[in-house]
Amino acid sequence: MRDITLSKAVNEAIAEEMRRDPTIFLIGEDVAEAGTPFKVLSGLVEEFGPERIIDTPIAEPGFMGIAVGAAMTGSRPIVDLMFGDFLFLVMDQLCNQAAKTHYMSGGKLNVPLVLRTNLGATRRSAAQHSQSLHALVAHIPGLKVAMPSSAYEAKGLMKTAIRDNNPVVIFEDKLMYNDKSPVPEGEYLIPFGQANIKREGTDITLIGTSSMVQVAERAAELLAAEGISAEVIDPRTIVPLDEETILRSVRKTSRAIVIDEGHQSYGITGEIASRIMEKAFYHLDGPVIRMGAMDVPVPFSPALEDVTVPTPEGVAENARRLMRGEMFHAA
Amino acid sequence: MNTAKARTNSEDYLRMYRQMVRIRSFEDNANQLYLSAKMPGLTHMYSGEEAVAVGICEALRVTDKITSTHRGHGHCVAKGAEFRQMFCELLGKEEGYCRGKGGSMHIADQANGNLGANAIVGGSMGIATGAALSAKRLGRDDVTVCFFGDGATAQGLMYEVMNMAALWKLPVIYACENNLYGEYTKVEETAAGSITARAEAFGIEAFTVDGQDVLAVNDLTQKLVARARKGEGPFFVELMTYRYHGHHVGDINREYYRSKEEEADWKANRDPITNFGKWLATEGIATDAELEAIRAEVKADAAAAVDYALAAKYPDTSEVGMHVYAANG
Ligand SMILES: Cc1ncc(C[n+]2csc(CCOP(=O)(O)OP(=O)(O)O)c2C)c(N)n1
Ligand SMILES: [Mg+2]
Repeated sequence: MRDITLSKAVNEAIAEEMRRDPTIFLIGEDVAEAGTPFKVLSGLVEEFGPERIIDTPIAEPGFMGIAVGAAMTGSRPIVDLMFGDFLFLVMDQLCNQAAKTHYMSGGKLNVPLVLRTNLGATRRSAAQHSQSLHALVAHIPGLKVAMPSSAYEAKGLMKTAIRDNNPVVIFEDKLMYNDKSPVPEGEYLIPFGQANIKREGTDITLIGTSSMVQVAERAAELLAAEGISAEVIDPRTIVPLDEETILRSVRKTSRAIVIDEGHQSYGITGEIASRIMEKAFYHLDGPVIRMGAMDVPVPFSPALEDVTVPTPEGVAENARRLMRGEMFHAA
Repeated sequence: MNTAKARTNSEDYLRMYRQMVRIRSFEDNANQLYLSAKMPGLTHMYSGEEAVAVGICEALRVTDKITSTHRGHGHCVAKGAEFRQMFCELLGKEEGYCRGKGGSMHIADQANGNLGANAIVGGSMGIATGAALSAKRLGRDDVTVCFFGDGATAQGLMYEVMNMAALWKLPVIYACENNLYGEYTKVEETAAGSITARAEAFGIEAFTVDGQDVLAVNDLTQKLVARARKGEGPFFVELMTYRYHGHHVGDINREYYRSKEEEADWKANRDPITNFGKWLATEGIATDAELEAIRAEVKADAAAAVDYALAAKYPDTSEVGMHVYAANG
């Protein structure tokens, strides 16, 4: 094991897969010499050349559509979408075309493509460069959705995504690109639909996605100091979702908080919470609590932006209230 | 440049000069705020392109509308905005144009007809065209100018709205600021064929103009605005220009896509402020000392506005949920 950044992990995964499979190409804006604004892809064009690391004009629906067509006809494209916010531009090609082609063709056509993009606020980038839009695509049958929470996951999930025969959307947290964590030297893949128990505990289950896994872990530390034992679960992919691991944990702890950076309403937190309530209702000692981003466009001002996302302190406070048996949001 | 008009228009000329200096000064301060880590996030400098925004906006009335881009400070100043509220917005303060909610990439100033900057490349093309449709439907003779970069010509939306604007003869002017780069890529690598021919394909009259020459830009815009008011629009203008800084303030090491020599050449030989200043002096409209006085005054104004904004307060956190929905009634 060595410690590498999340950015390097993504770069390695793509490079390894491209060496293995010549049908893979990567397409997007400023992906070649510039290596993307976050420098995640630096060095790839030098190794694979501009025929496989393809710079495009600023035409997201165009290159998304091209990737769908290429994927249907023997290529395995990786689409680089500079900001998750630009998903709104590619929605038709992704959701009406890529997601439905296999089904509509009665299983005859495949669309093996990866859309790599990002999420995450608190970068002072305002409302059009800070959104966490994974719930939008998770809602569409036919798309798989991965949410790496560290360099290790970023590499293993990317490799699995590239080998998957379906369209997969991967959301990286743009604040985590420079975070280092241990990653094996040798090859490994992380299967989809397999949650990771980041920390074992007995009193309460904290389910976090992407960077919210770190928030959950820090909350667990705060709680441990007070004698509350929290279990932290990282689903790693939200489609498919490893329900079993989550339910097993909640049956043990009887309490759960779901933490995710998408807007709280109609989001991932609601989906996971209701699955727990449907399938582990009689094991629960209190309501399952959702903690998402506030239901507001992400504000620019640091004074406002910082209050829109879940924090370790906020998670710990909700956990204490659950432990005390307080009802939430009761009048 | 046209000497005949020089004397009668000297007030206009000096205002144009001052407005260009104000933009440059605003940007120098914004860059400094970034470099000294006093500004949250990143920002895109308009320095070098001043003649475009000023030449165009000086041909507009307050009720005329503009839509702007991620590189929008210049448009905002040129359309009449004040330094104080702009710096406050850049720093996320309560007194900013958007009460700190928008920041550098989203400043809007409705009172002066600025419908807002946009962080989505090409994102305002529909908005500008819609503003023109609205003016036409409501029987107003206002014109809308849609500012966008060369890179934005790759967005499909542009073709959809130009088609409708041409079909419906809308009073909109598409102003393409061709600064030769979109982010870290040269325009030749992203735009096939001719940029103006794109508009011409829809039967839209298109022009190319030196975007470093404020009078050339202003003359052309005056004519097009007058025609657009009479229902002869839409129009398309490609303005050849150059950004002095990186794509954003953090884009420092950029020799892999743009040479230092090229940058130095534009700054030394094609600076819109220097060249216009020289012309004003040659024509006897202003002395060097008078121009220097304008620059000093603007510099002091900007410094005072920065100090004001730095000391200004942040919005109260209770404002975070305000303005998600507009009130009814
Ligand atoms: C839809 C969309 N795609 C990509 C981006 C990222 N981006 C921001 S500015 C920019 C370059 C724009 O180039 P151009 O239109 O020429 O404007 P300039 O920056 O040169 O003024 C890009 C690619 C974006 N903001 N929106
Ligand atoms: Mg450009």
